Amino acid sequence: MSFELFIFYVFAAILVFAASRVITVNNPVYAAMFLVLTFFTCAGIWMLLEAEFLAITLVLVYVGAVMVLFLFVVMMLDVNVEPLREGFVSYLPVGLLVGAIMLIEMVFLITQRYFKNEQFPAPERAGADVSNTQELGRLLYSEYLFQFEIAAIILLVAIVAAIALTMRRRPDTKYQTPSEQISVTKSDRLRVVQMPPEKR
Amino acid sequence: MDNLRIATPEIFLLTATCVVLVVGLFLKPEQRQLNYWMAQAALVVTLIMSTSQIGDAPASAFSGAYSIDAMSASLKSWILAIVFGGFLYSRDYLSERQIARGEYYTLGLFGTAGMMIMVSATNMLTIYLGLELLALSLYAMVALYRNNAAASEAAMKYFVLGALASGMLLYGISMIYGATGSLNLAVVNDVLVGGSERSVGARFGLVFVVVGLAFKFGAVPFHMWVPDVYDGAPTSVTLFISTAPKIAAFAMLIRLLVDGLPVLHADWQQMLSILAALSMIVGNLVAIAQTNIKRMLAYSTISHVGFLLMGIVGASAEGYSAAMFYAIVYAFTTLAAFGVLLALSRDGYEAVNLNDLAGLGKRNVLLAAVMMLAMISLAGVPPLVGFYAKLSVLKAAIGGGYMWLAIVGVFMSVIGAFYYLRIIKLMFFDEPIVKAEINAASDVSAGLAVNGLALVVFGVVPGLIMGACVAAFG
Repeated sequence: MSFELFIFYVFAAILVFAASRVITVNNPVYAAMFLVLTFFTCAGIWMLLEAEFLAITLVLVYVGAVMVLFLFVVMMLDVNVEPLREGFVSYLPVGLLVGAIMLIEMVFLITQRYFKNEQFPAPERAGADVSNTQELGRLLYSEYLFQFEIAAIILLVAIVAAIALTMRRRPDTKYQTPSEQISVTKSDRLRVVQMPPEKR
Repeated sequence: MDNLRIATPEIFLLTATCVVLVVGLFLKPEQRQLNYWMAQAALVVTLIMSTSQIGDAPASAFSGAYSIDAMSASLKSWILAIVFGGFLYSRDYLSERQIARGEYYTLGLFGTAGMMIMVSATNMLTIYLGLELLALSLYAMVALYRNNAAASEAAMKYFVLGALASGMLLYGISMIYGATGSLNLAVVNDVLVGGSERSVGARFGLVFVVVGLAFKFGAVPFHMWVPDVYDGAPTSVTLFISTAPKIAAFAMLIRLLVDGLPVLHADWQQMLSILAALSMIVGNLVAIAQTNIKRMLAYSTISHVGFLLMGIVGASAEGYSAAMFYAIVYAFTTLAAFGVLLALSRDGYEAVNLNDLAGLGKRNVLLAAVMMLAMISLAGVPPLVGFYAKLSVLKAAIGGGYMWLAIVGVFMSVIGAFYYLRIIKLMFFDEPIVKAEINAASDVSAGLAVNGLALVVFGVVPGLIMGACVAAFG
């Protein structure tokens, strides 16, 4: 077993352990922390696959930004997770069934003639001087320029939609209008009520 | 620079949309109409640009991600013209309901750009991105009517199911990419022609791609979202969803299946024929039971999607042009029908029930006549354009050896005629139940009249559209 393979197995074991803890641990903060560990080891595996740019972005974006947001939400919202777990035992058979079917399908696909490893041989190792990031950047701004621009437009649409849907002038907000306050007259504020005297 | 020249319509439209967006921020509430006029002006200029590309030699740009050919130039022009009509009909409806804030037109224009990108895309990634640009704009447009609970519910359903469909499509695309090693549809085709070993992998992908396409079209059994979204969305958005995006979805289907995976035609012919038959049957039968006209038109859409797919099932050039004709005709016929509904919906009142149409002939002859023409055309009665559309897809199906499908189609269009004709009976032979005055703006009336007239003119001279459709697959 080469050293690289050894590293892979270590990372894979940690990854599987952390991923299963994400869904089994009781405390949502711990679950989020285990998710961080999952992402981190996943980044390690990607590094082994020579996808260093993806690995770095995974750590920066997911671990650095998304998970922090997650933790904020978990801590601020104080979600009670107990009700979410109520149906666990009753849903377990269905979940296991679906999982088993997916596993069998994957085994079929991987061992089948057309999807065997020989059909899709591992690519040649790139030399030490090849920069993944540089290559990605070159492709992104040359061959995939059009797609890159459309993706930018999609983000713009997302911003416009999010603002249009959430920004609203609330009619029940209390605010002062000084001009109306000044020009107020007695009749606006006072109501003279005629009441019959109470009987003794 | 040559790349940019080919893509000028899209580039102009997106730039103009950004201008509309920014100007919209500084407009006072009483100047809102300016947004509308700017959006319409942008559409007209883009329309001129894209019609000028009709007849140009096919060319591709951006490393094969984008191409202009006879099909894309003419479909884009139709999409732009139909969106123009849609904005015209929706204007008063929107401003009465306070949803005519600048974002509505901005999102509509972004969606239009997405459709244009879908039509011109020859790379699976571009197709997907164009589709998402369209879909995201549509989700937001449905949800924009925030004071209405039904619209929010429809938006939620549309978003969840649409995301699922996009996921399916993307999954299929990734499988095809895995099997062939390219996202470019021309290269995918070359690889598949070269070796049968690879086609098994691509076939797995094909299944998911067809499911994703069927979702986007609203073909049975992936049609569940259509009635709820059509019914819940504000009528102006229903009009937008049910017209131009169908043309874009047709183009996407042609690009993916006919340009990219023609080798697997035996497989997708089978899948599409089942989708077509089920859509025609379920759409027409369920539409009979509807009392809500938006739901009825939703089921009618489902059945027309079945007819459209019937043209493609034959896998012949003549069938593709028949289906293209069908998509265009369907879009501008539905445009007229929803245009009338929008003109009837006034001052917080929505024309949604069949009874709202009762006696329309006595209330406003023009609207009733346009609605009648639209209904007869949808039912497929000569000499209107819908007849010729149905005839040509039936001919294509028979030519492709799908006699049974053509028989189902004929039976179902006879059954379908019932609910279209019922509306005509309601309009002309029943007494009005709602007596409120109809005051459609003069430009809206003119637009509807032109739209109704087009149904007759193109019906008598179908060659005006059919010529372009045949040229697209010649």
